[in-house]
This record gives sequence, C-alpha cells and structure tokens, in this order.
Amino acid sequence: MTRKVWRPWGLFAWLAGILFALPVLWMILTSFHSESDAATNPPSLLAPLTLSGYEEFFGASSGVSPWPPLINSASASIGSTILVLLLSIPAAYALSIKPVRKWSDVLFFFLSTKMLPVVAGTLPIYLFAQFSGLLDNISFLTVLYTSMNLPIAVWLMRSFLAEVPVEMLEAAALDGAGLITTLRRVVAPVAMPGIAATSLICFIFSWNELLFARVLTGVVAGTAPVFLTSFVTSQGLFLAKVCAAATVISLPVLAAGFAAQDKLVQGLSLGAVK
Amino acid sequence: MTASTLASAPPRTATRRPTISPRRAGWIRRAPLLPALIFLIIVTQLPFVATLVISFLRWNALDPHDRGWAGFSNYKAVFTDSRLRESVLTTIILTVSVVLISLAIGLGIALLLDRAFFGRGIVRTLMIAPFLVVPVAAALLFKHGIYNPVYGLFNGTLTGFWHTFGLGNNPPQPDILTVHPKIAVEAELIWQWTPFMMLILLAGLQSRPGDAIEAAHIDGASPWQVFRYLTLPHLRQYLELGGLLGSIYIVQNFDAVFTITSGGLGTANLPYTIYQTFFQAHDYGQASAAGVIVVIASIIIATFALRVVSSLLRNEVKS
Repeated sequence: MTRKVWRPWGLFAWLAGILFALPVLWMILTSFHSESDAATNPPSLLAPLTLSGYEEFFGASSGVSPWPPLINSASASIGSTILVLLLSIPAAYALSIKPVRKWSDVLFFFLSTKMLPVVAGTLPIYLFAQFSGLLDNISFLTVLYTSMNLPIAVWLMRSFLAEVPVEMLEAAALDGAGLITTLRRVVAPVAMPGIAATSLICFIFSWNELLFARVLTGVVAGTAPVFLTSFVTSQGLFLAKVCAAATVISLPVLAAGFAAQDKLVQGLSLGAVK
Repeated sequence: MTASTLASAPPRTATRRPTISPRRAGWIRRAPLLPALIFLIIVTQLPFVATLVISFLRWNALDPHDRGWAGFSNYKAVFTDSRLRESVLTTIILTVSVVLISLAIGLGIALLLDRAFFGRGIVRTLMIAPFLVVPVAAALLFKHGIYNPVYGLFNGTLTGFWHTFGLGNNPPQPDILTVHPKIAVEAELIWQWTPFMMLILLAGLQSRPGDAIEAAHIDGASPWQVFRYLTLPHLRQYLELGGLLGSIYIVQNFDAVFTITSGGLGTANLPYTIYQTFFQAHDYGQASAAGVIVVIASIIIATFALRVVSSLLRNEVKS
C-alpha cells in the first residue's frame, strides 16, 4: 500500500466521527429550536434559533428551578472526589512506594469490590439510611459516591506512584531529606498527572450516577440526573426543553472531558495506558 | 517521630533502624492503607452481609407484621420466577453484544485514527463526544429525539431521504422502541461505549514498536500480515482491558434500561429487575435472595476477569 492510498481513510474517519457526534450535535441544535420546530418530520434543520428551551429548563413557566439539583450534583461530585483523593493517595503510597506485604492481593481486593453488583447492596443501604434519618441527604450520597470511586482511584494512583524512581527516593533519603521534602520534590511531580486523571474520572462517574440518587434522594437532595428523569411530561411537546436540559447537565462533563482528553484515556484504563 | 523514621529508612530495602521492632515497622507501612481499606469494607461489604441475612427472611414491606425466618424459600421463589430467569438472559445478551460490537467498531475507528490525515484531532474530539453525555441525558435523547416514531431523528432522516431522492410519499417509519426494544437499548449503549473502546485501543496502537513494523514492511509483509502478526498480538491486552472494564460497567447498567424502556418489552436486565422487586414490589426477602445469587455469579465471573487484569499487571511491572 502506498502513501497515496491513505486519503480515503481520512474520509472514512471523518464520516465515522460525524456519525458518532451527530446525536450530540442534534441535541444541541434542537435545544435552540422552538418546541414546534423540534417536533417536525423531516427535521427542520434551518428553523430559527431561540432560547425558549433553556428558559423552560430554568423554570420560566413551571417555576421549578433546576439550581438545587445542579448544586446537589456539584457538591456530591466535588465532595466525593476530594474524599476519594484523601483516602486513595495514602493507600496508593502503601501499595507502591513503600509497599505492604501482599500488596497485589490488597490491590485486587479493591478492584473486586467494583465487580460486585451495586444493586444487590442497595436495599440494606436504603434501610440503613431510613433508620438513621439519612434519606434525602446529600452528605450520605457523597459518602456512597466515595466508596463507588475509591477502588478506581486506588488503582489509578498506584499506577502513577509506581513510576516514582526508586533511585531518587534512595538518593533523597541519603541526603537526609525529610518525608515532606521527598513527597514534594520527588513524588509530587509524578503524582500530579495521576491526581488530575483521578479527579476527572471520579467527578464524571459521580456526576453521572443515577441508581443511588434515585433510590436515596427526594425533593431536597435530588441530583441533576434524577431531575432530568422527572423532566419529561406526558402531554404537549417537550423535546426542545429536554434537549436543553440534557445539554446543560452534560456541559460540565463535556467541558472537563474535552479539556483533558489524555487524562481521560489514562483514567478510563485505570492507569494501564499512559 | 513517625515521619522522620519513614523518611530516613531507605525505601523498599528492608534495613530498619534497630530501635523499631519489625512489628511496629509493619504497622507504619500499613497505616496509610488502613483508612481506605476500612472505609471500603464498611460501605461496600457490610451491605452485602446484610443482604445475605435478609435473603433468608420473610419480609415484605407491604405486610410488615408477617416477618420471620424463611429458610431457603426465597431462593426457591427466585429460581422458579420466570421474570428473573429472563432478566439473567437479557443481562448476558445485553452485556456481550454491547461489549463485542463496541470493541469491533472501536477497533475499526482506532485503526482509522491511527493514520495521519487532515483534521485528525477534530475527528478524535467528535468521536469522544458520546461518552461525555451524561448517561441519563443520552438515554432520554435517544428515546425521544431519535427513536420517537413521529418526530425522532431516525424517521425524520428517512422522510428527508425519501423526499430528496423522490422515492415516493410513503417512507418507512418504524417504531423502533416497540418493534425492536432490545436493539434500541443496545444501540444506545454501543453508541456511548464505542468511544471508550476506541480510546483504549488507539492508545494501544500508538504504543506499538514502530521499528518492528517498519522492518516488516521492508521485508515485504502485506498490511494484513502486519495487522495479523504484529498489531493484533500487541493489541490483545488492550482488547482484554477494554472488554473487562466495559463488562464491569455494562453488566450493571441501570440508566439506559430504566430510561428508554422502563424495563418493559423484555429489556429488563438484572439490576433493573432487582431494583423493581425492592422498590416497587417491596419483597425485600426475595429481592435479597436474587441479589445474593447475582453476587455469587459476579464473584465467579470476576475471578476470571481478575486473572486477565493480573496478567496486565505483570506486564506493566515487567516493562
């Protein structure tokens, strides 16, 4: 195969890319259409643009504000990401830089918890929350999201910390560097990209979560995905409104994911791919 | 005190200061691990123990006075419940088809993106977009924006196509959600997971040893031979990784089934069925028995899966 034949591959790649992005582009375009233009067959691509879908999403006629669920989602996602980092970084340290005995068994224990079906543990968690008055409480959801993402974070952080050069740690120790100095000068430069990848993945998974939020929250602590499921009305046209809602709620994830594409790959592969 | 001892002991070599007993040194090593480990055991393992206990109880929330020891009767009910048996099959079909098809399409697109062409960065960005739409939002978009028989994009495109090419005034307008509900759910999941597979496989392709491939080209190997004997063996562990991680997430999928079909029309998978038994039928005992069976099945599958990861881990340690 000569180099000239490569051109059609580029065309195929473009077609595939457009085909996969099409539903997303369609969602964004529809979100700027009026309800009647959004519900035509064939689709009216060139219909005039309007913000009415977004106005509806922000409660123009229903009076229901989407801000409480958005803020709930943000606090559960950010809060659990911080908790995950606080727990996973020391754990990853004890599994790579100064490994405990049988560190790989411990590592596999972490991963195995991720393979157990979440739904099978949901009822006891629900009953416990009901018993302790933690139903519809965003802090409780934050704790659950922490446990959901902790195994992934431990794997990711370990894969990064395992790359800290042992010789440099030894040299630092010989030079009499304290723990803080060693962490800052030797460990941190390697760990920082890992922390970024871990935060990104944990944030996305928490922001997206539906099952726990659906079961454990109600009016007060409902998150954005729960709000979205309640957004479809049985009467009248609603497609533009739903597309606007879906766009707004996906925006943080789209922005974070596009901005950190390489971190996304590292995170998704649990650090096996760098 | 502990901080200075940690720092002054040469890392990874086991020369300890004589003042610290080996036992204490062991605990110092373990200390950073314990908060995460204890937290995870309490939050993720205790509920399963509770589920195990509840599975032997007669407990329906709608009938709170009739509570008691049930022995294995919940398990008997689960095994004879056709709804649960069907949902096992649905889960397997859903997971296997979504994982395999997204792996195959992901591989094809990764091979395309591995070549240099105009606008490669843009195409890569376009390809990632499906994975970055919140799953519930994506499911709603597919249900109403694409599958809707009256104004969905799919039928809308068919109409536009028929009109543009003068194929008549009666374009096919299938109601995909009622005619092919399983395919509808699977297609949405494949759309969301293909970018995930593509990213992992693309990273694998780009880590191929370039000199070996060049040497093969010089020696007159055909592109197919290069793919079959160099690229594919190299990609094997990336395919395994993508398949494993994809399975972990898709086996537990709840959002798509819940949103697109509400488990109707034979699309209810295990997570959805158990959720329904818990929170709609309120039969806590029977749902817990189903949960226990799912956990046991997961452990069996996970044992195989972990072996795959462990081979990946060894490779990583070696390199």
